[in-house]
Amino acid sequence: MYWLKKNLPKIVVAPSFAVLLWFVYGFIAWTFYVSLTKSKLLPNYEFWGIHQYIRLWQMPRWHIAVENLFIFTTLFIVLCIFIGVILSIFLDQKIRSEGFLKTIYLYPMALSFIVTGTAWKWILNPTMGIEKFVHQLGFESFQFDWLVTPGMSIYTIIIAGVWQSSGFIMAIFLAGLRSIDDEVIKAAKVDGASIFSIYLKIVLPMMRPVFMSAIVILVHLSIKSYDLVIALTAGGPGISSDMPAVFMTKMAFGRSEIGLASASAIMMFATVSAIIVPYLYSELRREQDAK
Amino acid sequence: MATLEIKNLEKRFKQTEVLKGINLKINHGDFLVLLGPSGCGKSTLLNTIAGLESSDNGEVLINSEKVNDMEPSERDIAFVFQSYALYPAMNVEENIVFGLKQRKISKEKINQSLNSIVELLKITELLKRKPAQLSGGQRQRVAMGRALVRDPKIFLFDEPLSNLDAKLRIEMRREIKKLHKNLKTTMVYVTHDQTEAMSLGTKIAIMNDGKIEQFDTPENIYNKPDTIFVADFVGSPSMNFISGHIKKNENSFSFFNEYEKNNKGINLSKLNLEIEEGKKVFFGIRPEHIFLKKEHAVRVTKDHNFVEIEVNPELHEYIGHEQIITFNYCGQEILGKFSSSVNINIDKKMNLFIDLNSVSIFDQDTKRRI
Amino acid sequence: MLNKKRLSRVFLFLVLGLFVFYYITPLYVMIVTSLKTMNEIRDGNLFSLPNAINFDAWKIAWSGRGEGTSDTYLKPYFLNSLKITIPALLISTFLGAINGYALTKWKFKGANLIFLLFLFGTFIPYQAILLPMARTLGFLGISNSPIGLILVHTVYGLGFTTLFFRNYYVSISDEIIKAAKVDGAGFFKIFFTILLPVSLPILVVTIIFQFTQIWNDFLFGVTFSFGEHAPLQVALNNMVLTSASVKYYNVDMAAAIMAGLPTLIIYILAGNYFIKGLTAGSVKG
Repeated sequence: MYWLKKNLPKIVVAPSFAVLLWFVYGFIAWTFYVSLTKSKLLPNYEFWGIHQYIRLWQMPRWHIAVENLFIFTTLFIVLCIFIGVILSIFLDQKIRSEGFLKTIYLYPMALSFIVTGTAWKWILNPTMGIEKFVHQLGFESFQFDWLVTPGMSIYTIIIAGVWQSSGFIMAIFLAGLRSIDDEVIKAAKVDGASIFSIYLKIVLPMMRPVFMSAIVILVHLSIKSYDLVIALTAGGPGISSDMPAVFMTKMAFGRSEIGLASASAIMMFATVSAIIVPYLYSELRREQDAK
Repeated sequence: MATLEIKNLEKRFKQTEVLKGINLKINHGDFLVLLGPSGCGKSTLLNTIAGLESSDNGEVLINSEKVNDMEPSERDIAFVFQSYALYPAMNVEENIVFGLKQRKISKEKINQSLNSIVELLKITELLKRKPAQLSGGQRQRVAMGRALVRDPKIFLFDEPLSNLDAKLRIEMRREIKKLHKNLKTTMVYVTHDQTEAMSLGTKIAIMNDGKIEQFDTPENIYNKPDTIFVADFVGSPSMNFISGHIKKNENSFSFFNEYEKNNKGINLSKLNLEIEEGKKVFFGIRPEHIFLKKEHAVRVTKDHNFVEIEVNPELHEYIGHEQIITFNYCGQEILGKFSSSVNINIDKKMNLFIDLNSVSIFDQDTKRRI
Repeated sequence: MLNKKRLSRVFLFLVLGLFVFYYITPLYVMIVTSLKTMNEIRDGNLFSLPNAINFDAWKIAWSGRGEGTSDTYLKPYFLNSLKITIPALLISTFLGAINGYALTKWKFKGANLIFLLFLFGTFIPYQAILLPMARTLGFLGISNSPIGLILVHTVYGLGFTTLFFRNYYVSISDEIIKAAKVDGAGFFKIFFTILLPVSLPILVVTIIFQFTQIWNDFLFGVTFSFGEHAPLQVALNNMVLTSASVKYYNVDMAAAIMAGLPTLIIYILAGNYFIKGLTAGSVKG
């Protein structure tokens, strides 16, 4: 009875922890193992080495997916941060309608990727969307069919993605700006710096941790991109806007290639880990030092 | 009312040793103060006595009963925290009786205890308020109330006055002293403020780096400090330490200032100390035990046990009813504390008189008193 | 000098205003399109207003056309999502609270490591667990059912909820817990009588976050269910994706709005609260 009381905290956490170990780490380990096998429709537990990975990297479709991921991630991060920083700085200028504006900039976050994708799919509709609007304005020769153009469809996903997530980046930058000591700004003003150079040379450098958080969050969101792609382009036209997440699902459930799909999933996991682990480590170090 | 004994208590936090073998014993009704700088382990020791921290070695005995394995609530102790730790979602009344309710004490008894405590601490109007609506001083009283209502064997206080402003602190200090006088309960009190410690405690344990430097009455700690650390920690301004060595021959036993150029040492033969020739020591004397005029020295010192030294006054600090003068004694600084009514000329050589009975000689290597 | 300030102020509002257009436009387009007839859509353009406000598309999106059965409509799937979201969010929130409490206020060996493992778990791409989860659900006999999705969302929500509560409880003074221990209160007593009453802010944040995550989910929904057991977002996507000869854009837009309405409403009502909680978590990491 005393033992029960003494160890109650551990007992309480145990079920959740067990669930975590099994459903997260255990499953990842299973997926990893399957990626080293010949499994097609059903798991075949015979060890096959890294052949699935070799197959994976020899597939043009995977290359397209990775390339798209790269393009998407880069532009996604650059645009979200650029817009986020600008909006946060502008909103930091003591505006009365700040609350109202924040709500407008942030609401896309509340929507699912499917809703976002559906809306933008309509807006970017090749014949009925923006193209038609501009035509009706008088510019008959305007063309905007990125959605159905193989090389350009990936950019439509970026447009929709940035629309959805830039508000959130603005929010965390705004929080970061607000946490900067007023006195530093005052000292700079006394030193005669213009508001522009204050932001550029003093404030933004002090926001390094926020930049790091933002980049990590955005990279993470980007690698997980599945819902948005499905809703907007379904990976198309053809496979031109394919992304690793879509690739994995298609291979796993469409083509019955679970070994290959597992390999692609592990690639995604490894990429995320490579970014998250150092980041978490440095964050925890900062927390420890601050104590 | 209870006795408290600590035997060889040791505690480690990861790799660091926080308590390095603590030994002490107090009796019924004692007011023990754990005094020391930040990080010396006094709070850890208090928490260990309470059962809020475990120990790695050693024993804690309350009324000669080993309590190491008992939960805090089983040890019949009460604890007043530095941040008061009032339950934020409950009002004052609920805060005070929470502990009694956990012990399933009858409603009538709870009300009885509550009423007497509330009257004693004058917090009747505050009963229905929440902690967020109270001032710092009020919260402190509620925290005291929560402890008092339990009528425990031992009261434990963890720097309860640190968060109050100076005036309130002195007021509450007196309240605590009155409380101890009336209740006569055993109390253990942690503080880093030596004035608080000296005025409240019947026994003081000065701690440094996980060890007890001296466990003694306030008077002894003040007058006969065991180590340089203790001598330096207590007293404001702290004791003067003059570095030098002992010169001994058949007919004299003197202390020579390190930078002494003439042959005028301080004759210590009346002290009857056993120190070998040439030993490096510190000559310790408190600013309060230095006199400006021979007549004072004659009047105050026992057996006219005083010595004379030549100094040059250099700095003058006026504190209202007192003044602190910094003197140059052969290249070393001595501080003296005097009444402000006396006039002293800066940079005019003069003589000072030192009460030999209040002198402490410390070995420079062991830092201990000889 | 004054002129410069006025000018920059004007510039400020211009830019901010531009972005208002950028963010509002899709919502405007959705609403406007959903209120038009197909003829109006064909004749007009994205931004043109409807001649008359027509909720027909909405009715069709919600409960279908009545005749035939081949089209999807949202009502049953809306209910599915409710059946899945509410239990999953309640369970994961409660467990997260208890976990956060145990991990921060009761120091035991490995507590930090356990927390780290939870934290890392929130970052994993779900592709790494889709296959084994599918097999497990099948093995347990709960694939393609609300229970299955409740399990999935609870399991993968645990990391987030534990993270939120842990970060919140870390900033609550330990001394309050110590005082309660001295007063004789035990593990659960302290949680329910002392900690929970002051946990309202983080409870709201966690519930909003979980609701949004689960309600908006597509990946788990489409992988672990199909047909009549699918959650709302899957149904929406199916609806929009139908390769029928005629696309009813107004119905699609109405459906999209309906699917997004619950989270949008929550966001408008408690959005600032939500952001404060989220950003507190993110900025600190």
